[in-house]
Amino acid sequence: MSNREWPLWEVFIRSKQGLNHKHVGSLRAPDATLALENARDVYTRRSEGISIWVVESNYVHASDPSDADSLFEPSDTKVYRHPTFYDVPDGVKHM
Amino acid sequence: MKTLDLQELEKRFQEKVDKEIKIEPNDWMPDEYRKTLIRQISQHAHSEIVGMLPEGNWITRAPNLRRKAVLLAKVQDEAGHGLYLYSSVETLGADREATMDDLHSGKAKYSSIFNYPAVTWADIGTIGWLVDGAAIMNQVALCRCSYGPYARGMVKICKEESFHQRQGYESLVTLCNGTPAQKAMAQDAMNRFWWPALMMFGPSDADSPHSAQSMKWKIKRFSNDELRQSFVDATVPQAEILGLTIPDPNLKWNEERGHYDFSPINWDEFWQVVNGNGPCNKERIDARKKAKENGMWVREAAMAYAEKRAMKKTA
Ligand SMILES: [Fe+2]
Ligand SMILES: [Fe+2]
Repeated sequence: MSNREWPLWEVFIRSKQGLNHKHVGSLRAPDATLALENARDVYTRRSEGISIWVVESNYVHASDPSDADSLFEPSDTKVYRHPTFYDVPDGVKHM
Repeated sequence: MKTLDLQELEKRFQEKVDKEIKIEPNDWMPDEYRKTLIRQISQHAHSEIVGMLPEGNWITRAPNLRRKAVLLAKVQDEAGHGLYLYSSVETLGADREATMDDLHSGKAKYSSIFNYPAVTWADIGTIGWLVDGAAIMNQVALCRCSYGPYARGMVKICKEESFHQRQGYESLVTLCNGTPAQKAMAQDAMNRFWWPALMMFGPSDADSPHSAQSMKWKIKRFSNDELRQSFVDATVPQAEILGLTIPDPNLKWNEERGHYDFSPINWDEFWQVVNGNGPCNKERIDARKKAKENGMWVREAAMAYAEKRAMKKTA
């Protein structure tokens, strides 16, 4: 007999062909097969998806919010990575 | 990482909330904010699940196949709502099973409305129209809650809820255009559900001690009385179209306020029901406990099977 709780799974859904799978929520299930079936019932009752991924939450590694400054600030100062940083003469087309 | 003192953390947190930046699971938050959300979201989840009981009771007795399919879909939605909410409460570090055990022990509450019985078929239409209607009023406001996972869950729930209210109203339109006995059944349901539906918005602002803090944290956007008033204003014209009388002799349009006036609510009844003495409190909790106890072997067997298969794979 197992007293352990069913593990937690993160659910990702592709809403239609050509789009990414997107995180929609989580659920509990004993294994991947049932996680997929439960995800079908819980998250796609109104044709919200054509494909489901489930990943056991244990395997998700996340960045630490308190590191957000050091991780993401450097890119805020690099405006030259955006096309609008550059001046081109009037009349230049298709650029 | 710089160590910040508590005051500074709290100040930064409030600044984020003030700027309408959502709080996400791993972000720093005050303990009380976390506790308030765990309490509120788990009670919301319990309400969705307990709310399946009065309606589920009518699935086998729906008057025709169309109504049966609709009711089945609605009750299944409510199960889904409960599950979205239990998973959002888990993002706060709460233990899902422990929150359910709190429901079963009576420590956690759920919406008092589900302690009233659904005794006729008209009750099912009335529940969709008034009870889901009141829930929508609350939940639309919660879509802008400062806690990300709760707000996102609410957006999904609100999309699904609008069918719940419309199917209930449609069912009542049919009864109200039916025989005098059917119309009388609809009126009787209205008479029993009107006041409990108004109580769904919770105590008056003056008696709602946590409200101010919840508003400051943007967990709540409108006060209980404001939401209740919006519900009355929206519902009175809908009742007129049905030709049903709202059981309140003092209900009348107030030109000056631009709102309907209505009688004071019987708060004694509300507190009686919240504290366990409503007509169905015991039945509802017993049903939930039985579901957990009787379903336990299935959960254990599924887990044992999964473990066995995983072992075979690695062997
Ligand atoms: Fe719901
Ligand atoms: Fe609903």
